[in-house]
Formats: sequence, structure tokens, C-alpha cells
Amino acid sequence: MFQESRLHGEFFMQGDIACAEGALAAGCRFFGGYPITPASEIAERMAMRLPLLNGVFIQYEDEIASMAGILGASWAGVKSMTATSGPGISLMNENIGLGMMMEAPCVVINVQRGSPSTGLPTTWGQSDMMQARWGSHGDYGSISLVPNSPQEFFDLTVTAFNFAEKYRLPVFILADALVGHMTEKVVIPPVEELTIINRKYTTKKPGEYLAYDYGKDLVPDFAKAGDGYRYHTTGLTHDRRGYPDMTVECQEELVPRLVNKIKNNINDISLTEEYDIEGADVIVISYGITSRTVLPSITAAKEKGIKVGYLRLKTVWPFPEEKIRKLSGNVAGFVVPEMNLGQISLEVERCACNNSKVKLVPHPGGGIHKFEDVLKAIEEVAHGK
Amino acid sequence: MANNTAKPIIEEKPHPMEDLLRMDRMPHIWCSGCGLGSAVTTFVEGLKKAGVSYDKTAIVSGIGCTGRVAGYLRLDSYHTTHGRAIPFATGLKLANRELTVVVFSGDGDLFAIGGNHLIHAARRNVDINVICVNNFIYGMTGGQNAPTTPLGAYSSTAPYGNYEMPFNLVGLAAAAGASYVARWTTMHARRLTDSIAKAANKKGFCFIEIVSPCATVFARKNKGGSGLDLLKEFQTRAIIDHEADPTQIPLSMDNEIVCGEFVNKDKPTFWENVQTGIKAKLEKFSNWEELQSNSTKIPHKKSVTYTSSRDTYNSRSNT
Repeated sequence: MFQESRLHGEFFMQGDIACAEGALAAGCRFFGGYPITPASEIAERMAMRLPLLNGVFIQYEDEIASMAGILGASWAGVKSMTATSGPGISLMNENIGLGMMMEAPCVVINVQRGSPSTGLPTTWGQSDMMQARWGSHGDYGSISLVPNSPQEFFDLTVTAFNFAEKYRLPVFILADALVGHMTEKVVIPPVEELTIINRKYTTKKPGEYLAYDYGKDLVPDFAKAGDGYRYHTTGLTHDRRGYPDMTVECQEELVPRLVNKIKNNINDISLTEEYDIEGADVIVISYGITSRTVLPSITAAKEKGIKVGYLRLKTVWPFPEEKIRKLSGNVAGFVVPEMNLGQISLEVERCACNNSKVKLVPHPGGGIHKFEDVLKAIEEVAHGK
Repeated sequence: MANNTAKPIIEEKPHPMEDLLRMDRMPHIWCSGCGLGSAVTTFVEGLKKAGVSYDKTAIVSGIGCTGRVAGYLRLDSYHTTHGRAIPFATGLKLANRELTVVVFSGDGDLFAIGGNHLIHAARRNVDINVICVNNFIYGMTGGQNAPTTPLGAYSSTAPYGNYEMPFNLVGLAAAAGASYVARWTTMHARRLTDSIAKAANKKGFCFIEIVSPCATVFARKNKGGSGLDLLKEFQTRAIIDHEADPTQIPLSMDNEIVCGEFVNKDKPTFWENVQTGIKAKLEKFSNWEELQSNSTKIPHKKSVTYTSSRDTYNSRSNT
């Protein structure tokens, strides 16, 4: 069998399929999942492709098992992934928390639909943005990437694996049903041309190794099962040996580290795209498919003479706080169209901190923003209403 | 003159299980009279007897009193979330098939919150061993009802006596498709050791129930006496019958505790079935060109220049 995914070239490919191919190119060799619309095609593609690459595909009995399973595979030293939609993420959150606490690298794909509950299975939404940040109980640093095209679904899946390996945590991709089910041109480069990061394995001997000892980067070195390290890991608050320790001191050392290992690297993790930001009066901030559906409104506003800039978030968590704080001093306001009733707009509001107006253009999902609504919001902000 | 080099009265010797126990974590947190000490001892003896590599053995636990077992064993050990030890272990085993993977957890963890995972792992015949310590109650949480609490027994959440039918664990595991199913009490140290050793070297899903005393909550609520009293009771009530039908031997407050090795069969594991299933299908793909065309069904250019900037905004504006 083949060790590397050598599929490359130019394809007319669905977003979900591009995601699966991105994972394979990044070296993912374990997929544990449970089918759910609109993420099922990822599992289907993995079921077909993984056996060709000596990988493992398992369709678990539910999403809870899927998430636990990819953590197990991660500890065996294999890059692992699951894919689901909002209701599945709700179930996975318990073990996502375990992954954060144990620091097990893996990737969780959320192809979002309209919510709450089972919501709109076959249409789209961006309703899980906050859930990705705060879904599991407790404090932890979190990384979430948001693609806006099948091509980017491929690219950001590779990036997600790199972040997962580098910072040792479950990394989210928050796609939506539109990106997942859209078919567009996808260019898959030869695997040699991709930047692939692998986790840092310990160079210490088994007797000297402590599972959660860390250096300046706050990320402990990894040792996989079966290599003779015979380490312990737990979801309980643990010391550097990985042993449970119920003291305040231990909690004070551990939990801020889980947050700071991400916070300290925001410049590396935060990916954004900017257009016409210089001298803009209004900046439209959007992400995912919305960043494409609102473009006609932005063009129309420009034609009306409004100086409108455009900021697209490819990384929503950690949130680009500093960038938005700086921008907020120079503009009249931000317009935030999103397919929920205001999740990321609250973050923008927090960072703008009354320096400038923040106008949400909400949509509950199932459709896309109306051209006029977004244009009207841009005009209102530009004219100080 | 006094002899200063005299040997101390008590000579320090290494603990006989030191190679498999994390001595720096002793003493453990379990109550006196609890069966978990015996369960862990028999497990260690069983692993020794099996002759498996300790470096290649991983142990996974869920939560509760038994969930703490993973932390005391000097193996690659994982203390996971409530009920999810089995799917975690499945991922671990499938991703590194050289490992011997053992799930060591309690009746509440494996059969209440984790019940679904247990039956599906048994159905798939994943090559892992599940050791379930059954003490009929939620111990660490404070003595609430478990799915194994016998009918009529008292618990924190059954103040008038339990009115739910309990699970028969060996029956359930056997019916779901386990390759190996056994039940022992903590009294049956040698037989339990043999079972653990056998399961360690057996492929497929192996399930061992260890009926274990909980003096602190179960016995207290049910006037069962001390840990020693409970062991005496096991001794009186336990019988060994390897031929028993595992589905017909439920446990109750006063019946016989039927112990034995009820199922021991060889059948293909999950991974063996995967291999058999895909091998023939994959043989037809002899090279990558064939594979690519088969996997995409879309003609593509063989080589393209890859650029990282694909500017959707600008390309939109240009059209």
C-alpha cells in the first residue's frame, strides 16, 4: 500500500471531499466518525481513501465514541480526525474537553447547519461559532479555522493539522453546509510542496520523561503509546508527571498554560484577509460563506462612493483582538453579517470597545443575506446612523 | 562494643509488584475492605503470567473508583471521561495494533453511561480486553443506583429498595458478540489471574466481570457487614459452572453467584474483517494513475503550478 497521499492536480471537487483530501495530504491516517448531514461526504471519502493509505476508518456508534476514538488514535501517534455538524459537536464536547486537558492533537470538522437542535440538516448556518470556543466546560485555548471555498477547505484542513500538532490540542474547522456541499475548482499540490508539521516527540529516555513537563513554548513533548515511556494521562487536573493533583497550585499552573499556549501565539495562528482597509470609513467583517455572499453589497456601496474596507477572518479563534482594536480607532464602524443572530459581532463589539459602531446583520440560517440588508447596514454606519 | 553494622530488624525489600505499580502514587485512595486491591493484584499477576510486553500494554479507564486503576499501574495509562474508555481504547488499538489494550473500569461506567460503546465494541469484536469490576453500586459518587444494583437492594437513590431490573453483564457481553466472557469474584484470585492472562493473549473482544465487595456504601446500605463478611458471603454463594449459559445467570441479593469461563471462541476481529474485506478490492489498483482516475472519476491535468494565493474577492471583482 501507499504511505503518502499522492493525489494531486486540478479537480472539480466538492468542499467535503476537498476537506478529506486535505486531511490525507496532511498525514491523517485515522478517521472515527458518525454520519451526519452535511458532513457525511467527509466520512464517505475517508472510508474509501484511508484503506489505500494503510489508514484506519471506523464508523463509530455515535459522535461521543468518535471523539473519544480519535483521542485514542492520537495517543498512538497517528494523526486523527472526525467530522460532524452542530448536533454531533454538542455530543463531542465532553471528549473535546478531555482532548484539551490531555493535550491530544487531532482535528474536528464542523460542517455547520441551521440550529438549534437538529435545526436545518440540509441547509446552512454559522450557528456554532461560540460553541467552538466555549462548548466544553472550563477554560482552554482554542483554535478554529473558517474556510470560504472548497479550495480553502482543503488548505485550512492541512493548516488545522499543523496547528493541532504544533500546539497539541483538538483544532476545529468551522465550515458550513454551503462550503461543504459546493463544488468548485480545487488545486491539490504534490505532497512535497505542502508544509507539514509533526508533533514534537520527546528525546528523553523513559526514566527521565515527564508527560507534562514544558519549556518556554508551554507545549509538552509527546511520547506515544507503546514506546516504553509508560506515562499516565488523565482528564483530572494533573501535575507535570501527569498524576492527578487536586491542589489550587496545580490548577493554577495547568489551566492558564492551556490558555496561554494559544494566546501567546496568536500572531502565528491568526489568519485574516484584508482589502481596502487603508482609509476606510466602514469595514465589513465576515467569515466563511458569508464573506462571499456579501461581496455584491460591498461593491454596490463602493459604487455609491462609500469607503468600505473588508476584513475576512480565516481564523476566528483565537479572535484577532489587537487587529480589530487598532482598526476601531480609525473607522466609523464595523458591519458584521453572519448567519446567526450575533455571535462574532459580540466579539467585534468587545474589541471595538465603544471606539466605533458595530452593526450586526443577522441571518438565522437556511438562506443567505439579502443584498439590500447588507448594503443598508453599510450605508447606515457610513452615515453615522 | 555495640555492633553498629547490624542488620535492621525489618529488611527493606522491593515491593513484589513494583515493576507494574506506580509506587510513588501509593497509598491508593480505595477504602479498606474494597475489592479493587485484589482486582489490581490479580491483574498484575495475570499480565506477568501472560508474558506480554509491559511497554506494549496500555490501560484505559473511565471514571469512578475503578477508573482510578489506570493511574496506579505503571503502563501507558489513560484516565478518560465518564463511560468513554472503550471507544478511546478502540482508537488506540486500531491506530497501533501492536499494543495489548485493556479497559479496566466499573459497572456504572461501562454499563450505564458507556453501555452503548460496550455492546458495539463486542459486536465489532475489536481486539481489546474489558475488565469490569462490579460492586453493584456507584461507589465514588456516594452510593447511588447502578445498572447492576440487585432488585430490592438499597442505594442513595433507591431509598425504598431498587425497583429496576439489573443488567446481567456476562449475558449482555456474550449476546453482543464477545469472543471471551468470564465471571469471577475477588475471592477467585487464581482463576481470575488465569482469565486475565488468557484474555491478554487472546484476539478479539474479551470481557471479564469481577464481582467485588463495596463495604463502604453497598454493604452499609444493605446491612452486608464488613469487607471480610462480604468475602465470606461470596465464598458461600459462588459456584463454578463453565457450562452455564451466560444469559441465564443474573446476579441477585441472595442467589448463587455463578462463576466460570462461559464463552471462549475464535472469530475474526474487526481489523481482520477490514483486511479481508478490502484486500481483494484493492488488488485491482496496481498503480497510482489507475487509483487516481478511479477515486475521482474526473479528468485532471497531471501537473499544475500551485500558488497559495487564490483571491476570491479580486477574482469576483474582475468579472
